[in-house]
Amino acid sequence: MNKNLLSINDLSREEIESILVTAAKDFLELPKRDIKKVPTLRGRTVIDLFYEKSTRTSTSFELAGKRLSADVINVKADSSAMGKGESLKDTVLTLNAYGPDIIVIRHPHVGAPAFIARYTDAHVINAGDGKGGHPTQCLLDIFSLKQEYGELDGLKVAMVGDILHSRVARSNIAGFRKMGMEVTLIAPPPLLPRGVESLGAEVAYSLDALAGVDVVYLLRMQKERHGDSGMIPSLREYIARYCVGRRHISGDQRVLHPGPINRGVEIEAELADSGENLILQQVEAGLAVRMAIMYRIIVDSAAASAEALEAGAAGEDRADADIKNIRAVG
Amino acid sequence: MKATIAKKGTKATMTIRDAHLFDPVQGLDTVTDVVLEKGMIARIGKSAGGGKDGRVLKADGRLLLPGFVDPHVHLRAPGREDEEDIASGTRAAASGGYVAVCAMPNTDPVADNAAVLQSLIEQAEAEAVVRVAFMGAISHGLDGERLSDMWDLADAGAVAFTDDGSPVDSGGLLRAAFRAAELVGLPLSLHCEDRTLSDRGHMNEGGVSAELGLAGIPCVAETAAVARDLDIAVFEGARVHVAHVSCAGSLGIIRAARDRGATITCEATPHHLLLSDEAVRGLDTGFKMNPPLRGEDDRRALVAALAGGTIDCIGTDHAPHAGQEKEVPFEEAPFGVIGLETAFAMLYTELVEDGDVPLETLVTAMSANPARAFGLPLPAIAEGEEANLCLVDTEQEFNIEPDRFRSKSRNTPFAGRRVKGQVRLTIAAGRVAFREENV
Amino acid sequence: MSGLFVKTVVPADQLGRTIVRIAHEILEKNQDISNLALVGILTRGVHLARRLADHMEQFAGQELPVGELDISLYRDDVAARGSLTVRSRLTHPEVRGTNLPFSVDEKTIVLVDDVLFTGRTIRAAIDALFDYGRPSQIQLAVLVDRGHRELPIRPDYVGKNLPTSQDQRINVHLREVDGVDEVVLEAVEDE
Repeated sequence: MNKNLLSINDLSREEIESILVTAAKDFLELPKRDIKKVPTLRGRTVIDLFYEKSTRTSTSFELAGKRLSADVINVKADSSAMGKGESLKDTVLTLNAYGPDIIVIRHPHVGAPAFIARYTDAHVINAGDGKGGHPTQCLLDIFSLKQEYGELDGLKVAMVGDILHSRVARSNIAGFRKMGMEVTLIAPPPLLPRGVESLGAEVAYSLDALAGVDVVYLLRMQKERHGDSGMIPSLREYIARYCVGRRHISGDQRVLHPGPINRGVEIEAELADSGENLILQQVEAGLAVRMAIMYRIIVDSAAASAEALEAGAAGEDRADADIKNIRAVG
Repeated sequence: MKATIAKKGTKATMTIRDAHLFDPVQGLDTVTDVVLEKGMIARIGKSAGGGKDGRVLKADGRLLLPGFVDPHVHLRAPGREDEEDIASGTRAAASGGYVAVCAMPNTDPVADNAAVLQSLIEQAEAEAVVRVAFMGAISHGLDGERLSDMWDLADAGAVAFTDDGSPVDSGGLLRAAFRAAELVGLPLSLHCEDRTLSDRGHMNEGGVSAELGLAGIPCVAETAAVARDLDIAVFEGARVHVAHVSCAGSLGIIRAARDRGATITCEATPHHLLLSDEAVRGLDTGFKMNPPLRGEDDRRALVAALAGGTIDCIGTDHAPHAGQEKEVPFEEAPFGVIGLETAFAMLYTELVEDGDVPLETLVTAMSANPARAFGLPLPAIAEGEEANLCLVDTEQEFNIEPDRFRSKSRNTPFAGRRVKGQVRLTIAAGRVAFREENV
Repeated sequence: MSGLFVKTVVPADQLGRTIVRIAHEILEKNQDISNLALVGILTRGVHLARRLADHMEQFAGQELPVGELDISLYRDDVAARGSLTVRSRLTHPEVRGTNLPFSVDEKTIVLVDDVLFTGRTIRAAIDALFDYGRPSQIQLAVLVDRGHRELPIRPDYVGKNLPTSQDQRINVHLREVDGVDEVVLEAVEDE
């Protein structure tokens, strides 16, 4: 991994697969132990800087940090100096003075994570920036799909709903395609961005298009971002045409949703409660994947700098480096 | 004379030797000497000799151009003198080769009455190193509802009316403004934007905005407004200047309105001519302005329209912003970039050197055309004229370094660019307004 | 210029005999093996533990549980010196992690690793084990002890003591992983 995780585009397919292996191997089983904690990031500090209300993402990151034994501080928009007119730059400069190792940021504006990365030495992880992206959600979704399907190449995914306002859609279209999946977007035209064709996904206007896919990915209807602009004729009419229920789901199709769900808006209650959805597996995956990301972001960059320092370090306790490589050095 | 300048210091007396005189309006394209006496162009020609009582400046074949005129700058005075004021803004203009600029009225307080305008003119008389012409507001406090004191403003010296930055939403008010302006014979400069279409947008709407997740400002927000505004202008037979054209679609509408007999001038900015929305990918707030950077097709259409004459003026829309206002996430940043100190070098390097636009077209669009559009003194290289000139070096390459700007602000989209066309000397209204250190 | 010098210090047949000997020693020290479990440290410690368990089953006629322990999360050098190893593991992470198919509570655990050096791996392994429960006793078996301890850790069973200098390397190769059984010494030679 690079120093920061700002966008899913920061990661190659190989890096994504490697992170997911770490998540599966090291962290997925951890919640089943009595001691649900490893000492890996002991003495390290993680600041979760949340400028938007969030329950699941902030809980997931907080728990992930704590289970890695890091000291985790949560800074919420309503309890910090942010309400006193302090700029994001100054807030981050102040937090940086505490020497955090990781800053996890959720912000209502696109590019805020990249922006703060200019003012801190800490690793910055994007936990959602406006309508821009949500790379950790993308990774946990890929993880969930990998757990469910094994092979992702050629898997067909439909993303349904409020594409226009969805950072999840933006990250996941890019991430899913990177993993070899095919993505179809299903939404009424007002909820699709102009220029949608540049995202590299097929577009359909009706749930009929669900027939050909393996995975149904539902997006939350973001009423709070619609403002008063009256983007759709009415919610009632939208629900009648786009709310997905069990009758739309066939046989082995699986349903994902990044949460929080609006029962009766984008997903019918019965489907939300059924075994066809992987919503709770996504939550579980979220914890393991976020632990893997925090672990890897620290270890990979430390290793990279160590590598730069001592290109041919001698004397490893566990000398499991590839002997052939070492012979080649001579 | 409507445009104001400080009458401090002595008028230039010097001989500029071996300059490449280039003034398309005068049909001048020759290497020779120019003798200035007390701010006037006394003699042109090799035989001039001269330099008895003045200094000799060796131009070594560098270009001597009619000084530039910018139809669209924000000098931020009164109200935001931390970002720019008349002194710093005109020094920035002079270092970019400008001899006159038109200042926008969206200040605090708004220049919507004679008292504010009068105080600005007095300030310019004290501080300005190039001529400053002031535009008055169309509506009171830019509220888009009540006409400003248009006739008083005209009497006080306004050269045009505009609500720049706050498009006139009401067709009725716009029509009333055209009719009121007719009495005083002044044009309106229009920021054409349908705000119900651009609402909450931060960049051009298209593939890049879809990928970034930023709300878009579609081209139709401009073209729909240009169409309506020019329709009203044609109907009223009014003179109108279309500010910062950014979309290909606006060009056809402008041509069509001219064909219907309207007197229309229009400007494009250096950034719209040279950059596309691809530049926004890095979310650098130095690329955020309104209208936003458009698609590459639009950019090419603007360049072709400049070369072809549809676009007849270059306006920088010089919009200084304090560092802290731009050091924020893209969506929180205000619109606007500065341009006075980079316009000629950027346009010369990217358009003239590459052969897209002839030098004479660029020079005319930066000087004679905007001067005529707003009734400012015409910078001309001719014997007997007041000296309004700039000497530029089109050989030496240099880097655009914001830290060296004379403007108080640094919000340029061209930082770090390697260009040619550095201004060495600017003489505005007969006085040396800018002189590069080693000239 | 310097070159790399590689020498086999324990050949295959000797390595096999050494493992058999350790199996005997474990049985000798632990009269009651009903409460015994072997835990190998990934990767080669696991294969050694399996071989030891096979031998012990032959000698004692009783099957022994074998666990696998991944200590990467317990290392004390996550961001320091030894990270090269961590990195090589992570760029091609093994799909296997810790797998303890039994409760470690009240068990006598024999930790198995290939090379004992500074002792830090063993420290990490002990920490990891305690996060899975509370063993009554932990013993340590290693194929090679190369000295240079940085922690007060002493093996209960040693296959071979190989005194080395700091800049030398000891690599244990096992046929399950490397296709060959041998211990090699690597040293950088100055020319």
